[in-house]
Amino acid sequence: MPRLSVRRFWEIPFLAEAVAILLAFLLGSLVLLVTGYSPLRAFAALFRGAFGSRNAFGQTLTQATPILFASLSFVLAFRAGIFNIGVEGQLLIGALSAALLGNSIKFLPMPLHLPLALLGGGLGGALWALVPALIRVYLGAHEVITTMMMSYVAFYFTSYLVNYPFKVPGWVAQTNPVEPTALLPRILPPTQLSLAFILALFFAVLVFYFLFRTHLGFQVRAVGLSPQVAENRGIPVASRQILAFVLSGFVAGIGGAGEVLGVHEKFVDGFSPGYGWDGIAVSLVGRLHPFGCVFAALLFGMLRAGGMSMARVTKVPLDLSLIIQALVIILISAPRFIRVVILRKKGM
Amino acid sequence: MGQIINLGLFQAMLRMSLPVLFAALGGMFCERVGVVNIGLEGIMLNSAFFAVFATYASGNPWIGFLAGVLSGVGLGVIIALLTVRYYGNQIVVGTGINVFGLGFSAFMCQRIWGSRGASESVTALPIFRVPYLERVLGENTVLLYLAFLLVILSHLFLFYTPWGLRVRAVGENPQAADTAGVDVHRYKMVFVSLGSGIAALGGVFLSLAHLNFFAWGMTSGRGFMGLAAMIFGKWTPVGCFLSSLLFGFTDALQMRLQALGILPSQIILLFPYLVTILVLSGFVGRATPPSDYKPYEKK
Amino acid sequence: MAFALQTRGLTKSFAGVLANDHIDLDIEEGEVHGILGENGAGKSVLMSTIYGLYRPDSGKILVRGKEVSIASPAQAIHCGIGMVHQNLTLVPHLRVFENIILGHEPRRGFFLSRQEALRRIEELLAETGLQIDPQIPVEDLPIGLRQRVEILKMLYRGASILIFDEPTAVLTPQEVDQLIHYLLNLKKNGKTIIFISHKLKEVFALCDRVTVLRRGKKVGTLSIQEASPEGLAEMMVGRKVLFRLERGQKPGKEVVFSMEGVSTPPERGKALRDIRLAVHRFEIVGIAGVEGNGQTELAETIVGLRRVEKGKIYLNGEDITSLSVKERIRRGVAHVPEDRHRRGTILDFTVMENLLLGFEDQPPVRRGMFTLDVSTLRNLSSSLVREFEIATPDVSTVIRSLSGGNQQKVVLARELSHPVTLLLACQPTRGLDVAATEYLHRKLLELKNQGKAVILISADLDEIRSLSDRVLVLYEGRIIGELSPESDEYQFGLLMGGKTLASA
Repeated sequence: MPRLSVRRFWEIPFLAEAVAILLAFLLGSLVLLVTGYSPLRAFAALFRGAFGSRNAFGQTLTQATPILFASLSFVLAFRAGIFNIGVEGQLLIGALSAALLGNSIKFLPMPLHLPLALLGGGLGGALWALVPALIRVYLGAHEVITTMMMSYVAFYFTSYLVNYPFKVPGWVAQTNPVEPTALLPRILPPTQLSLAFILALFFAVLVFYFLFRTHLGFQVRAVGLSPQVAENRGIPVASRQILAFVLSGFVAGIGGAGEVLGVHEKFVDGFSPGYGWDGIAVSLVGRLHPFGCVFAALLFGMLRAGGMSMARVTKVPLDLSLIIQALVIILISAPRFIRVVILRKKGM
Repeated sequence: MGQIINLGLFQAMLRMSLPVLFAALGGMFCERVGVVNIGLEGIMLNSAFFAVFATYASGNPWIGFLAGVLSGVGLGVIIALLTVRYYGNQIVVGTGINVFGLGFSAFMCQRIWGSRGASESVTALPIFRVPYLERVLGENTVLLYLAFLLVILSHLFLFYTPWGLRVRAVGENPQAADTAGVDVHRYKMVFVSLGSGIAALGGVFLSLAHLNFFAWGMTSGRGFMGLAAMIFGKWTPVGCFLSSLLFGFTDALQMRLQALGILPSQIILLFPYLVTILVLSGFVGRATPPSDYKPYEKK
Repeated sequence: MAFALQTRGLTKSFAGVLANDHIDLDIEEGEVHGILGENGAGKSVLMSTIYGLYRPDSGKILVRGKEVSIASPAQAIHCGIGMVHQNLTLVPHLRVFENIILGHEPRRGFFLSRQEALRRIEELLAETGLQIDPQIPVEDLPIGLRQRVEILKMLYRGASILIFDEPTAVLTPQEVDQLIHYLLNLKKNGKTIIFISHKLKEVFALCDRVTVLRRGKKVGTLSIQEASPEGLAEMMVGRKVLFRLERGQKPGKEVVFSMEGVSTPPERGKALRDIRLAVHRFEIVGIAGVEGNGQTELAETIVGLRRVEKGKIYLNGEDITSLSVKERIRRGVAHVPEDRHRRGTILDFTVMENLLLGFEDQPPVRRGMFTLDVSTLRNLSSSLVREFEIATPDVSTVIRSLSGGNQQKVVLARELSHPVTLLLACQPTRGLDVAATEYLHRKLLELKNQGKAVILISADLDEIRSLSDRVLVLYEGRIIGELSPESDEYQFGLLMGGKTLASA
């Protein structure tokens, strides 16, 4: 299956990404106009909802957190040549694992309980990624379809678990609340922003360090760019692919754990509005570099937070953010399109 | 047991195989010219919406049918342009189309009917009367027979006509096709668009035949199952048909079990996805795809 | 004199490099015309432009006196021009007849008329004296026959001017003879043939006239009677060509590397059978043979990428048969792979990252359990770049932007950056210009004179003979014979063609 050529963070300036984002907003405005909304009012409400107040700002960063985790997860796998689009599923499994570890263990002090719950979340995601990883490496089935299917399985499986065995009495399908000793502290009251955000930034540095400052990361990148050359230089290709895939799942799992332990304090059926998909778009805008992902995640967090507020205030459906996101992904997929058609640069 | 395995199940299997079959056939044409169409899911969701919308606006399900197919062709043209003419990454484009399908259909659903979850009911496609076959195949819309026809026509086209020969050449060795005087880019563009249009029929089926309204995310991964069915069917029309039946069977079984309340619905709903994974793991690695899917550049 | 094809002032450049510089060509009707030149002279570009694969920057093409504009192969075929490329443009899964008729399919209504297609092909086969079953998939045919299918493709479309681009690159000497015979047959049937080659022998066997290209310019056109091999070689290269290099030290007694009775299974390629070879200190052993006889598989076995079924491999007395690639790298097995782009360098990595490949898990760059010391890497890389005179703006430049020769230098620098016990060089100068080739040859001799053991696998017989102390010939996965580099060409040809010297 085809590859994306990975360019360096500091090479060509982010013209293509900036243009893509701008175009996406423009096309989004078009959709709004055609369906009878005012783009100006909609986007004004969106930006206000994203930055307009302390609450809004907190909401933006809160939304950005799981998106950042998801994008780091996607980048890790992608650098090894793996299209892990099942980040959503790994995130869900991680969330549920963290919730269960968080609410079932009592009387464990926080310095032990919290890391345990987080780790459990990471391991859950890692295990969920291990299955398609092994299938890809040993059976040759392309991970795009298998990870997608695993996401559906994760969705229905967690839904089942939280509607039946682990359900709390009441209307809402959710688990028992997590013990206070496993919760991530809030850092910007009264918003929902928790330590998870700092954790996400930390993981961005961690992923950078892994990919660019360790020999394993070097091998992973070599495998992603050219498995034949990597093999020729003695790098165990399959082993590194699995490593990247599993680490990717781990990071996604931590992202899910962060949501449960930092924001919701329990696992609620359907809590994720598709953070996994956001993650993919963010990775592309961020040029598949961990630091780029941080910036892009903030942008998309803004879209989500602003979108929710916009929906409340102007009645514009919040799926507009999804549309804009989709347009960004589509436009970024073909940099030549932007260069030739939009920027009128002659010669591909 | 008799409640589960009976003629009704067979008929349900045939019906439920349709969305996967249309997706598989559509995906097959795209891959035969060397483009992996990951966006089938988004195309189908989008066409499901447009089919209902057009029917709602006009009162005529055939207009809806047309609208659905055209929306698929439209998205196909976009995919083709970006991947063939501008050498965009096929998987990224496809993923974008999927997200677009989800977001756009939900957005419009809310805008038009005020609800993000489902639209109003519309007139469904009428039953297509076929005197004796009906007793075995059950009451079906024209889509079932259209599907059969497409399988046969695709087979004849691909293996017995000059254009089918060229399609196969374009995917497998575009350089050879080019030097033989075949317009590689044109074939790719045409068949990616056509394939997307065929896949869109799956969406039309879901919203105008299987049900008579649009529901959020109603394709539920069938676009991806279509890809799996296509791989399992070795990229041939007959192969797509047979493997779609497998998926149709799982779907029909799942619906039956849900209706009987034997297992919690979430567990049953899992089945099709597990089957897909099993199909792909048990099988792939043996079949050679018809292309290496690299974009073709003329110097 | 009627001219079948002419060009006037044909010019084509790629990214600022002038590949064809105002070329005037005159091809007479019914002749066999050779286009001679070394790598990069512009032969393929010229013919590809005539065939419509490239659009010329300026200049004219005339077919039978009339100016034509050829914007695609389809138009070239329309003018009666057909081209058989080095990389055959056949579709493997499709059958012979499907490949031949592609684009010009006979029809009956909407359907393909298989009968008509087969009828016409049988006619062509009879006319040119060939025997191929048109119904089998092309992937089941040996390469010599696939080439004939390619030729049939052209004839089917009514081509009367046939261009051949280095058709003998993948043939044994016997197959080459057959091809030459076939081409002379075609000439008798009135076809005009343009024959691109860099092999003097073939040009003399086949051509009536010869045009020599050098660095994009036409050097001259001669009739074959007026020409001599030395004269043509000089025109090709521009100066007196040295056929023999100073060979330096004599090989020592000590065996550094040996393979004893090594056989590998026939998976993913050719099976190697009972390979016995030994390399001493101060020695270059050349492995000659037509491509496709197991060279790739042999290299993979030496490096550690291919499983050994029977037999043993020794390095400095140690049995390394079951050691992994990394373990062999650590013991000083250095490898310059045959396909730079697919096996040697990662094009999107920087120069210093490429220099690190294979050594990333060793000190000095690896520090502690995981960390990579980037500043040490940078320093080491800079000194390697200086030592090997690699032309690059910086060590953090992406290697894709370097020239082929410099990329190969990076590979060499990398291999020689750690102590070497055995150097395996596979087609090391393929695609390189003269200066880069000379550099590489010098380096190989330098290594040998330092006491290292070198194995040189190459399809270029001249390269092998000028550098090696001994030459082994590989045929169908076996070492079929050993020759001294001074042996006659025909002896090499025989071995490469599968005839052992005893039975000759």
